[in-house]
Amino acid sequence: MPDLLVMQGVTKRFPGVVALDGVDFTVRAGEVHALMGENGAGKSTLLKVLTGVYPGDSGTITLDGQAIRPRSTGESQALGISAVYQEVNLIPHLSVAENVLLGRLPRKWGRIDWPTVRRRAEAALARLGLTLDVSRPLSSYSIALQQMTAIARALDVDAKLLILDEPTSSLDSDEVERLFSLMDRLKAQGLGIVFVTHFLDQVYRVSDRITVLRNGQLVGAYAANALPRGELVARMMGRSLQEVEAMRQTGARSDAERKAVTPFLTASRLGKRGSIEPFNLQVAAGEVLGLAGLLGSGRTEIARLLFGLDHPDTGELRLDGQPVRFSSPRAALDARFGFCPEDRKTDGIVPELSVRENIILALQARRGILRRLSDAAQAELADKYIRALRIATPDSERAIKNLSGGNQQKAILARWLAADPRFLILDEPTRGIDVGAKAEIEALVRNLCEEGVAILFISSELDELVRNTQRVLVLRDRRQVAELIGAQVNEPAIMSAIAGEAAPAPAGEATGGASVA
Amino acid sequence: MPEAPLTSKTSAPAPPKTPPATRSSVAMGRAAFMRLLWPLVALAAVLLWNLAFSPGFFHIEVRDGHLYGSLIDIANRAAPVMLTALGMTLVLATFGVDLSVGAVMAIAGAVAALVVEPRGGVAAILLALAASLAAGLWNGVLVAYLDIQPIVATLILMVAGRGIAQLLTNGQIITFHNPVLETLGGGFFLGLPFPITLVAGVYVVLGLTVRRTALGLFIEAVGDNASASRYAGVPAARVKLLAYVICGLCAGLAGLIVTSDIRAADANNAGMYLELDAILAAVIGGTSLSGGRFNLLGALLGGLLIQSLTTTILTKGIPVQFTLVVKALVIIAVCLLQSEPLRRRFARQKAVEKREEAAA
Repeated sequence: MPDLLVMQGVTKRFPGVVALDGVDFTVRAGEVHALMGENGAGKSTLLKVLTGVYPGDSGTITLDGQAIRPRSTGESQALGISAVYQEVNLIPHLSVAENVLLGRLPRKWGRIDWPTVRRRAEAALARLGLTLDVSRPLSSYSIALQQMTAIARALDVDAKLLILDEPTSSLDSDEVERLFSLMDRLKAQGLGIVFVTHFLDQVYRVSDRITVLRNGQLVGAYAANALPRGELVARMMGRSLQEVEAMRQTGARSDAERKAVTPFLTASRLGKRGSIEPFNLQVAAGEVLGLAGLLGSGRTEIARLLFGLDHPDTGELRLDGQPVRFSSPRAALDARFGFCPEDRKTDGIVPELSVRENIILALQARRGILRRLSDAAQAELADKYIRALRIATPDSERAIKNLSGGNQQKAILARWLAADPRFLILDEPTRGIDVGAKAEIEALVRNLCEEGVAILFISSELDELVRNTQRVLVLRDRRQVAELIGAQVNEPAIMSAIAGEAAPAPAGEATGGASVA
Repeated sequence: MPEAPLTSKTSAPAPPKTPPATRSSVAMGRAAFMRLLWPLVALAAVLLWNLAFSPGFFHIEVRDGHLYGSLIDIANRAAPVMLTALGMTLVLATFGVDLSVGAVMAIAGAVAALVVEPRGGVAAILLALAASLAAGLWNGVLVAYLDIQPIVATLILMVAGRGIAQLLTNGQIITFHNPVLETLGGGFFLGLPFPITLVAGVYVVLGLTVRRTALGLFIEAVGDNASASRYAGVPAARVKLLAYVICGLCAGLAGLIVTSDIRAADANNAGMYLELDAILAAVIGGTSLSGGRFNLLGALLGGLLIQSLTTTILTKGIPVQFTLVVKALVIIAVCLLQSEPLRRRFARQKAVEKREEAAA
């Protein structure tokens, strides 16, 4: 197959970050090419350079043998590069036909030529094997059909290259199947398709080749059938198989380390349609339960269900043997739950408020409006945690927005510590903070569980999970796929569970202790 | 206070301990003062201008044990704006707005005027306040529990409320004579016009309410970052409801003052456009339309600034038609001085100049 798109040495710098560092990316005509990588790997930057959203700093792009340099999405579309994004970017109350042709509605004598509009829209949909009533509003069709309408729109401009960015994340399994047969069909018509997804099963179901990026650099391009899942996950996470083998020797923990405990919190078949398939989970006092999985695998969704941010539609949650249903985070807070969210900026800090106010917020929320903490008590709490967590701030009255990311994270942790939780959910607590702060947060986790606090530890960093947890639940594609206990908690085992292969037997005598970072 | 857990084991040698309480209160005082600086400067400028060009502006005389003078007059006339601005400040801080305060003033006046003759002044005041409380509850429920955008939710009552007031008064101006009700707008307390006393009283009560309970903190948290507040368990809906109820009550009191002052309920004109002055006063006082930090004292200053401008223009014999334009100019100036991007730009420019100086 001829090369359709060749990107060579593409580099893109943002102030302080190299988002893409000399990346090569080649897509052939008539193939589905999966672009893989964890958060911050550079996938979306690469696509944005390709579609003309950002200019690249250096490197070349060739499409069909012609050097191109698109400066806007309009230009890249005219060149034959079309993109369909996760969120359907169409107008729900306009008709399907209008959506397909919006911005290029055919005209006759200065007026819109409706018969032609309808005909062309129907033809575009027919190319995808769809027959819809194109005069009905788009919103009257399912999300899947809306997605396909978006694809029809993308193809109506004589596309040579189609980019599908997370197209399946809002589809159910039948709809996904439908999309895949469509992709097969387009492939047969000679189109090149770039497929971005977090679902590994889907990658192997439709892709011919896979390109893996990590930290803005190319890890490699592989034929899909020559890259086993385990290896794909290892590459996305930045480990070589040799390293994995080496870790296998030291990574396992001894079963003796596990405490004999009875769970106080039990979720049985708890689930929410379209968010997370029913899962089981038990946590005991003083235990750190890990939650592993790629981004979008359902980790945060579990946390949201447990904390009353979302409401389950199946299953049961029991606290101390009693069934509970949290109507809001407020109710979870009353049960002495805490949730340190992943997105510090939008869900964590209250930027204008002081460090002191941010720290006491959850405790004050549990006390209610009337029982205000005295000024002295607030200052004492704030100073205590600023010292204990070594939050770098000149004083507790500094607005929290002026602190560095790591210190903001520590202040949010302090907020939950001050609320004296018995169950604390930490969603990516070390993301985007420096190594020193990471070590401090891990030490804090150990101290907390010695005091009997149960912790749900969500992390993308495998070494962190192995160091800090005694038990790990593994999620893939919004489904609980494995539970690793004691000696089984090691990087290779977690990785293969994420990838969906049989877990390797833990090698030799378990030596305990931490793995190499 | 529940025992906060552990972490002492992780703590490094503690940095030298400073007395926390004093440090924080000093810092709070300074931050609040910085926000009040520009409205204070503007107010001082207007007053100084009068000192220079209006003889007798600062003259205050005592007649029958009551104080009279331009300054007293300004504060007296500013009372409705200051009252509504106090309530508006809390609503703005939740990242909301209440456009219905003018209409609520009209309702309160209409209710009072209707009730005062048969039932007496006290009943009239209580019923008028009950009506404005109901109005506040209505707004609060729409915004906090039904999740309707504040501007739309309160627009409903802004239009409907004046209609209700007109229905109550049958489109007529209802006059009355009642010593109790008339005291509210025309009486004196300790030598000062009663409205000034009322504003001071409401300010103190409100200040204590928001700072002695957690209401103030929660209002600021919800207005600044609603999502984070939700994660932290802040009862956002209840907090917003309270803000709108307080705002309604403040508007009701303002309506009573206006009605009492003219000894009549005028549903067509009472509180007309006052919502805009209230928002302006709150914004001048350092409360942002995008929610978060609020400042009650600033709202009072804002109200005083707006009224002293109006009075100055009137007493200086500047043609009345200039009033709105001059008001607008001064207000633009204050708002620009508070604009964060503009300040940053000035700061950057200064830094550049300094660097150039150093290089030269």
